Amino acid sequence: MTEPGKVLATFSVNGEPHEVAFAPHKTLLEVLREELNLTGTKHGCELGECGACTVQIGGTPVLSCLVLAVDAVGKEIRTVEGLANGPELSPLQHAFADLGAAQCGYCTPGVLMAADALLRDNQRPTRDEIKECLAGNLCRCTGYIKIFEAVELAAARCRGEQAEPRRESIHGS
Amino acid sequence: MVLDDPGVRSPQGRTDAPWRHDAKREDLQHIGKPIRKVDARSKVSGLTRFADDLSLPRMLHMKLLRSTVAHAEIVRIDTAKAAALPGVKGILTGRDMPIPFGILPVSQDEHALCPDRVRFVGDPVVAIAATEEEIAWNACRLVEVEYRELRTIGGVHEAAANPEPRLHDYGVRGNIHRLENLEFGDLADGFARAAHTREDTFFFEGNTHLPMEQHATLAHFDKDGKLTVWSSTQTPHYLHKALARVLHPLPAHHIRVVACPNGGGFGGKSDPFNHEIAAAKMSMLTGRPVKIALTREEVFFCHRGRHPVLMRSRIGVTKTGRITALDFHSFLDGGAYGSYGTASTFYTGALQTVTYAVENYHFRGARFFTNKAPCGPKRGHGTPQPRFALEVQLDKIACDLGLDPAQMRLDNLAPRDSLTANFLRIGSMGLGTCIEKVVAGSGWKQRRGKLGRQPNGKYRGLGLACSSYLSGAGLPIYWNGMPHSGVQLKLDRSGLVTAFCGSTDIGQGSDSVLGWIIGEVLGIDPLGIKVVTSDTDLTPVDLGSYSSRVTVMTGNAAMQAAERARDIVAAGVAAKLSVPAGRLVFADGRVFDSEEPQKGMTWQEAVCAAEARHGTIGTVGSYSPPPAAAKFRGGGVGPSPSYSYSAAVVEVEVDIETGVYTVPKVWMAHDIGRALNAAVAMGQIEGSVYMGLGEAMMEEMAYRDRVHKGNRIFVHKIPSLLEYKSPVTFDMPEVVTYVVEDPDKNGPFGAKEVGQGPLLPMMPAVANAIFDAVGVRVDEIPVSFEKVHAALLAKQAGKEARFGPDNGPEGIPAVDFGDSLKIKTPWQGGDGTAWNEPKREKKAAK
Repeated sequence: MTEPGKVLATFSVNGEPHEVAFAPHKTLLEVLREELNLTGTKHGCELGECGACTVQIGGTPVLSCLVLAVDAVGKEIRTVEGLANGPELSPLQHAFADLGAAQCGYCTPGVLMAADALLRDNQRPTRDEIKECLAGNLCRCTGYIKIFEAVELAAARCRGEQAEPRRESIHGS
Repeated sequence: MVLDDPGVRSPQGRTDAPWRHDAKREDLQHIGKPIRKVDARSKVSGLTRFADDLSLPRMLHMKLLRSTVAHAEIVRIDTAKAAALPGVKGILTGRDMPIPFGILPVSQDEHALCPDRVRFVGDPVVAIAATEEEIAWNACRLVEVEYRELRTIGGVHEAAANPEPRLHDYGVRGNIHRLENLEFGDLADGFARAAHTREDTFFFEGNTHLPMEQHATLAHFDKDGKLTVWSSTQTPHYLHKALARVLHPLPAHHIRVVACPNGGGFGGKSDPFNHEIAAAKMSMLTGRPVKIALTREEVFFCHRGRHPVLMRSRIGVTKTGRITALDFHSFLDGGAYGSYGTASTFYTGALQTVTYAVENYHFRGARFFTNKAPCGPKRGHGTPQPRFALEVQLDKIACDLGLDPAQMRLDNLAPRDSLTANFLRIGSMGLGTCIEKVVAGSGWKQRRGKLGRQPNGKYRGLGLACSSYLSGAGLPIYWNGMPHSGVQLKLDRSGLVTAFCGSTDIGQGSDSVLGWIIGEVLGIDPLGIKVVTSDTDLTPVDLGSYSSRVTVMTGNAAMQAAERARDIVAAGVAAKLSVPAGRLVFADGRVFDSEEPQKGMTWQEAVCAAEARHGTIGTVGSYSPPPAAAKFRGGGVGPSPSYSYSAAVVEVEVDIETGVYTVPKVWMAHDIGRALNAAVAMGQIEGSVYMGLGEAMMEEMAYRDRVHKGNRIFVHKIPSLLEYKSPVTFDMPEVVTYVVEDPDKNGPFGAKEVGQGPLLPMMPAVANAIFDAVGVRVDEIPVSFEKVHAALLAKQAGKEARFGPDNGPEGIPAVDFGDSLKIKTPWQGGDGTAWNEPKREKKAAK
């Protein structure tokens, strides 16, 4: 029996079903973090301003702080915890690690989920397309540059190129 | 243990200098390479556990009821209705925590909850813990607080004019928190020798850190009477001290503080905070774990960001632009509490002399209490404001005299290995190289002043500015004779090296610094080293991640611990192989004979050989900065083991009709001493360019001065991530970065700071570029579009082409600074003391 005031539903997160009882006014962000203990998804404002809580629903990046959990029932939800292929990091994650594109790492999960969706649709994104894709993700540490470069590096590697970071982006001009 | 053969050799070769600052780059295996950070994988996998990611069984959620008025006495608090709400488990008010605290010993002026007075909108009054967060919120709404409102103080002019009501019963007088008045050399003579003199007034609006992670704390007082506090703090050691003070008689050794990885700090998590102490007390009250996660609005209340500073600068130069005298006033709007404000005040006057040789220097600084969220240290701590003023004023001087601003700066450079007028000891000094790099890269000589109108109808211009920052403060925050940083190493039979250190990773990569340095000294893979940091139960004290101190101080401590470990391992291996220890090389995870490289063993075997011979292996290392040359009162703020240098050229494109401008490109050169990790250093420089650009163009901690029920209240204009404008991806310009390496003998492998310095030149460089583009001066930060527009309108109307604070005598508050402390400069034969200073009682080091 479900507790009064709560609904019982099954979420599909990173390809696995999770049955959760939750108050119907809870956001997807709250259910992911507080009920499923998937704390990789972050919060910076809970008002849809910072992008830290970005997850994918059906492959599309969404702000999980603005999605009611009930609206995500029955849809395929993907979080940062579902980005790696088993123990192997995805090319995007590798590129972020190689370039130091994650400094404090707090905005990183949201940035990764937005960029991952971009790379699936666009194998050769321009710098402006990357900027547009990430315009809703605030980062206070990196100045975004290492993030742009990491997305470009990952895109090249996904295309099968033996890409390494540019010398200037590692050692300066 | 004492080893009789310290001459251990390694690929990089042992030098007499203990920290090997001058090791050749090609001789270093890991240092300088773009290897990953030790926590890189967890950060890209969502596995890094920040404070709000933690939870414990039976955990309660705590919320704070905060003041809705800016200045008032608390007449009555009634919590009866809140207490009756089902699910509420604990309520605290100021009475429960009567002992005040504060980051500096001289300003213990905060309470975990206000006992009798609130001083700004957002000051916490009541804490409530409940089984669910929503219940705690709802309970807060049921609390009745009756206030007797007091007159509010809104800014420096108002604070200077209104000594009553005093916000605090300490300080200089009235609402003046601090007054400093330091005179180095002979100002009258300096100005008499000047061919040209300028006097300008500048204003730098406050702004805030805006870390992406909102502060969170989890406290657990367990059944054994021990308290553990996990928190998003940059300074676990200082939080530990504050908890021990307020929670008296709980013994300090029953308190454990664990600083979680910080989701951005920038100085905003450097104070011990009321919510941290209240959560601890609440756990003691309820016997259950208690968590508080602040809302974004509450992060704005915590603040401790950039002080708004009004500045008046008078400068004298020779006809070739050499600085003969500088007379600088700063007026800081401190907000409601002391915080780091004493240090902030001194910092508005400390580092002007470190970039350029200032022959005679007079600094007067005043900090005021006002009814706004408390200001404190933000990236650059107290130095970006005067740096803005100085660099814009130098640009004006160059313009007045028809000199090239870049060449004029090169002609004024402070010499390396010298003492400044205010007795700061400069070591390595790469500013000249930095200027040359950005001048060459930007085409400064050909393009400055000539870009003008573009085909798109907009106007382009270039601006240049320089700066310097410290690599850690020379003195600790509380007076003591102990090291600033300690590292312990444990060597395990598995070959694992574990490093224990109190330093706190706030994203800058300090955990990795430990790995890189220890890996280099021991010749092992840095990513194989286990790093245990910022846990007051387990790790030796490091003072914290502030003032850009960690790379130099933690790094030197790590180096010492690693060298000691290497000596022990070398002795064990030498005995086993019958090879002199001095012939052993540590590299590639092996220890071997340099003359017969095949004769050797793996690192793991080497550790076992050493343990068999010497017993369990553990070493320690520690670091204290060199003593300061300054001995006058106030001379403790500014000294540092080394100073980093930066130079920037910024290009702007301005729409002359609207004042709207963009920054298409930035050239930034930074003298880092030596980059311990190339990629990570680049990230710090780019991040500084970004944050500096935000401050230059848009960021401001502005308040709305409203009248509510007949009383003025100061509420934040912008307490959200949407309204507090910060640069997004499209605002970020192309950045050409030059990493200048001028190794400093006080740094590990010659390293200096990089996290803060490159932010500093951005703001003046933007303002100078606007002038180059459209011929107007904005003497105020942020250089927002409407200010550029206002200056353009003034220019069109034939008035002074300037936007900024009143340049006349009324522009600054009338403050009696009293007599100055008079200090002879080194070139006058001064010894670092003030010749007119009353004798001070000497404090004994603890």
